[in-house]
Amino acid sequence: MHYDLVVIGGGPAGLAAAYEAYENGISKVLIIEREKELGGILNQCIHNGFGLHTFKEELTGPEYAERCIDKVMYSTIEVKTDTMVLNIEEKYIHAVNGVDGYMVIKASAIILAMGCRERTRGAIHIPGYRPSGIFTAGAAQRYINMEGYMVGREVVILGSGDIGLIMARRMALEGAKVKAVIELMPYSNGLSRNIVQCLEDYDIPLYLSHTVTDVVGSGRLEKVVVQAVDENRKPILGTEKVFVCDTLLLSVGLIPENELSKNAGLRLDPRTNGLIVDETMQTSEEGIFACGNVLHVHDLVDFVTEEAQNAGRNAALYLNGTSAKAKTVQVLNGNGITYTVPQLINLSKDIKIKLFMRVSRPYYNQEIVVKCKEQVIASFKKKVLLPAEMQNIVLETKQLREIDGNILIALEEAE
Amino acid sequence: MYDVAIVGAGIIGASIFRELTKYNVKVIVLDKENDAAMGTTRANSAIVHAGYDPKEGTLMAKYNVWGSELFEELCRDLSVPYKRNGSLVLGFDDEDMERLKKLYENGQKNKVRGLRLLNREEVLMKEPNLSQAVKGALYAPTGAIVGPFELTIALIENGVTNGGEFKTSAEVIGIEKEGVVFCLKLKEGEPIKSRYVVNAAGLHADKVHNMICKESFKILPRKGEYYVMDKSQGGIIQHTLFQCPNKMGKGVLITPTVHGNLLVGPSSEDLEEKKNVGVTSKGLGLIQETAKKTLEHINYRENIRNFSGLRAISDRDDFIIEETAVKGFIDAAGMKSPGLSAAPAIAIDVVAILQQIGLLAEPKKDFQPKRHQIRFAELSPQEKQELIKKDPRYGRIICRCEQVTEGEIVESIQRPAGATTVDGVKRRCRPGMGRCQGGFCGPRVQEILARELKKPMEAVILDREGSYILTGKTK
Ligand SMILES: Cc1cc2nc3c(=O)[nH]c(=O)nc-3n(C[C@H](O)[C@H](O)[C@H](O)COP(=O)(O)OP(=O)(O)OC[C@H]3O[C@@H](n4cnc5c(N)ncnc54)[C@H](O)[C@@H]3O)c2cc1C
Repeated sequence: MHYDLVVIGGGPAGLAAAYEAYENGISKVLIIEREKELGGILNQCIHNGFGLHTFKEELTGPEYAERCIDKVMYSTIEVKTDTMVLNIEEKYIHAVNGVDGYMVIKASAIILAMGCRERTRGAIHIPGYRPSGIFTAGAAQRYINMEGYMVGREVVILGSGDIGLIMARRMALEGAKVKAVIELMPYSNGLSRNIVQCLEDYDIPLYLSHTVTDVVGSGRLEKVVVQAVDENRKPILGTEKVFVCDTLLLSVGLIPENELSKNAGLRLDPRTNGLIVDETMQTSEEGIFACGNVLHVHDLVDFVTEEAQNAGRNAALYLNGTSAKAKTVQVLNGNGITYTVPQLINLSKDIKIKLFMRVSRPYYNQEIVVKCKEQVIASFKKKVLLPAEMQNIVLETKQLREIDGNILIALEEAE
Repeated sequence: MYDVAIVGAGIIGASIFRELTKYNVKVIVLDKENDAAMGTTRANSAIVHAGYDPKEGTLMAKYNVWGSELFEELCRDLSVPYKRNGSLVLGFDDEDMERLKKLYENGQKNKVRGLRLLNREEVLMKEPNLSQAVKGALYAPTGAIVGPFELTIALIENGVTNGGEFKTSAEVIGIEKEGVVFCLKLKEGEPIKSRYVVNAAGLHADKVHNMICKESFKILPRKGEYYVMDKSQGGIIQHTLFQCPNKMGKGVLITPTVHGNLLVGPSSEDLEEKKNVGVTSKGLGLIQETAKKTLEHINYRENIRNFSGLRAISDRDDFIIEETAVKGFIDAAGMKSPGLSAAPAIAIDVVAILQQIGLLAEPKKDFQPKRHQIRFAELSPQEKQELIKKDPRYGRIICRCEQVTEGEIVESIQRPAGATTVDGVKRRCRPGMGRCQGGFCGPRVQEILARELKKPMEAVILDREGSYILTGKTK
C-alpha cells in the first residue's frame, strides 16, 4: 500500500490536517484511527463551547466533530477506523485491524495527530488503598456520555482542569452529589468560564491549595482524606478533612501521546512532552509533521484546527516539492513562560507565524517580550495571563531576518 | 469426597495443586477470593532468588536453591514470562564488602551455582548507570525475574486441565475431622470432604491451622510498598540490584520486570492487622531516599503505579512444611521471601510427604504439562498476519499501551479458571498494565467480559468482591 499522505489519528487535528492537504491538491490521503468512529475526544464532550472561532457559532463536541468528518467524507480521503498503528519506521507505517490484518503502508509524508492521554493516579503518587471507584475524569466522561452508565453517587474531584470542572457539572446533572473539587495549586487550572458555569452555578466547593492524601476502601472507594498544602505543595499536618464518597475523579493533567514518535526516533520537547516542530509543523524528521494535542495540550479546539490546517498545507507543499529550507532560529523560553510551540522558525519565506505558549502561574500587567540577546524584536502587553489559558503572539519572519542568534520569549512587568 | 483439599490459591497452593494433578488423585484447591493469586502472591518483588541469602541448613535455603533451578522449564511449559537476568548485591563501603564475602560463603554452602565477587570496575561494566559510589558486588547469575500472578494462574489452569478442581469465593471457616475424613466448612455453600488437607493459606495460615490443630505458630504481616515505572525506564538496568543488608536495614531493590517496566521497593513495615491499607507517602518517601544509593537518578515522574503487599512472617523464622499433630493435615506456611522462588520445589516435597503418610498416588499417564498462551505483542509481523487471518479478533487492539488484542482478552476469559473481573483479565493478559492504567481500555474490557459471561455491564466488577464499577444507567 502506498499513499502520498498518511494521517495518524482521526480527531479534529487529523481530520483538519488531512482535509487541508487534500484541498491543496494531495489526492491519495489516508487517515488511520484506532477507535471505531472518527472524531477523537470530541465525541464524548457533549457540552457546548466548541467552534466559536472556527465556525462562529457555539457547538457541542460531537457537532464540531461532525463538521470536520463531513468534509472528509465528501472528499476522496480514505479512512481506516478500528485500526491501530503499531510503529513507524522510516515512513513505513505498521498497522493492524481485523479486516486487513497486518499492514505495512508506505507514506511519502506523515502527519502525526494522536492526541493526548490523561495522567493517572500513579503519575501523581496518591497513597492509599486500591479500590474501585477511582476514574480519570475522561474515562468517567466516556462511560456517562458515550455508554450511558453512571459511575458513582458521591463524588470528589481532584484537579480543577477543564475536564474535571465539566465532569463536576455533568455528575451533578446526573443526580450525583459532588462534594468537592480539590486543587493543589493556589489557582484553578481551568478556564474561568468553566469555574462559574460548572462549580459556582451548582454550589460545588473548590478547595485551592489542597490535595488528596489518602484513599480508603477495600472493595469500592469509601472515603478520601484531603489536606491543605503549604507553599511547597507539601501537606500541612492537622488540616485533614475526610470526605465520605464512592467516587474519586482525577483531572490532573494531560500528556501528549508520543510513544509512536519516540519509537520512530523523533525529537521531543521535555517542556511540552510533545514533538519539537518548526513553523510548518514539521518534526525533526523531514516529511513528518504533527499537530493538535500530540504537540501540546490545547484548551480550545479552534486552535487545534488552525494548527492542523497549517500542518496539512505544509505537508502538501512538501509533497509538491516546494518547501525550501533556510536559516532557522530557535525559540527559547525565559521568565514566566513554560513552553512555546513551534520551537523552531525557518526563515525561508515572508510569513506571519503564530506562537503558542503557556505561563507558569497567574500574572497581571505584563509584557510578553521577544528578544534576541539584548535587542527587543517585539512586545505584547497583556493584562491577565493565566496558566489555564493558552497565549499566542504573532511574529513575522521579516522581523527575524536581521538578528544574529536565537530568540527568547519572556515576561516583563509592564510599565 | 476428595483425596486432597488445598486451602489457598497463592503460588504455594497453586504449585502443590498442579503437582498433585500429575497423579491419579482427586484434588481441589479453595480460595476465599474471587480469583487465584489474590494474596501475597500478587504483590511482591517477583524475583526468583538465587539462594545465597537464607542461612545454610534452613528449609528456605534448601527449597530456594532447588526451586530456582526448576523455574526455567516450568515457565516454558506453562507459557509464563520468565527471564534469568542475574542479580547483583551491591556494596558501598568496606563493611559492606565484608558482608558480601560472608554472603558469598553462605551461597557456596547452599550450593548456588556461579556466584562471584566483583570489583568496582566489573560491576560498572555490567551496570554502567549505577551510582559511582559502588565498591563491589556479589554476582549471582542464576537470579531471575518472573510474572508471579501469571505463573500462579497458569498453574491453576493447567491443574484444572489435568482434572483438578478450583473453587473461588470459598472461604474455609472451620475444619472438623470425622475418622479419617476432614470436613471443611465454607462461608457459603456445601462443606468439602477430603482425606488430606494442605494449608497454604498464606497470611491466614495460622488461622486455618488453628481451626483443627493446637496453635503452634503465628503469622505476622509485614508490609512492602513499591513503585512501578513506565517501560521507558525499564532499560536503564539489566540485572536485579540489591543493596547489601547492613545495620541500616535490608535496603531496597531495583529491578527490571519481565515485561520491561522498572520496579523500585519494597519498604518494610510491621503491621498489627492483616489488612493491607495500601501505600503511604512515608513509605514511598523512604523508598526514594534509599534507592538513591543504587541509582542516583530515577525519574519518578515516569511512575505508573504504586502497590503494596503483605509478607507472611512466621514466628518460627523458617518455612513451615510438615504434617501437623493432626494426621493428614499438612502446613505449607510461613512463606516469607523466598517463598515464590521456592514454590516449585516445595510442591514436590509436599506431594512426597503426602505419599509418605499414605496418599496412594499413581502417576497419570496422560498428564498434559504444557499450556500455550498467545501474546500478540511478542509475535513477528508474519505470525500476527496469520493469526488475524484465522481470527480477526486478534487484529483488534483493545489495550493500546500494552498492545493487547480482543482475541487475547476473550481467550483469557474462556480458558479453564478464566478471568471474571477486569483486573482478572489484566493479570492474565495485561490490558491496563500500561501507562494509562486502563483509562482507555478498562471500559472495553468490561464490555467484553459482559458479552462473554452474558452479564449486564453493571455486574462486571473491577477486582475483589464489592469493587463495583458502575452504579446504574444515566438519566
Ligand atoms: C513485599 C514482598 C516481596 C516479596 N518478594 C519476593 C521475591 O522477590 N521472591 C520470592 O521468592 N518471594 C518474595 N516474597 C514472598 C512471596 O511473595 C511469598 O512467599 C508467596 O507469595 C507466598 O505465597 P502463598 O501461596 O503462601 O500465599 P498467598 O499468595 O497469600 O496465598 C494464600 C491464599 O490463601 C487464601 N486463603 C487464606 N485464608 C483462606 C481461607 N480461610 N479459606 C480459603 N482461602 C484462604 C488467600 O485468599 C490467598 O489467596 C515477597 C513477599 C512480599 C510481601
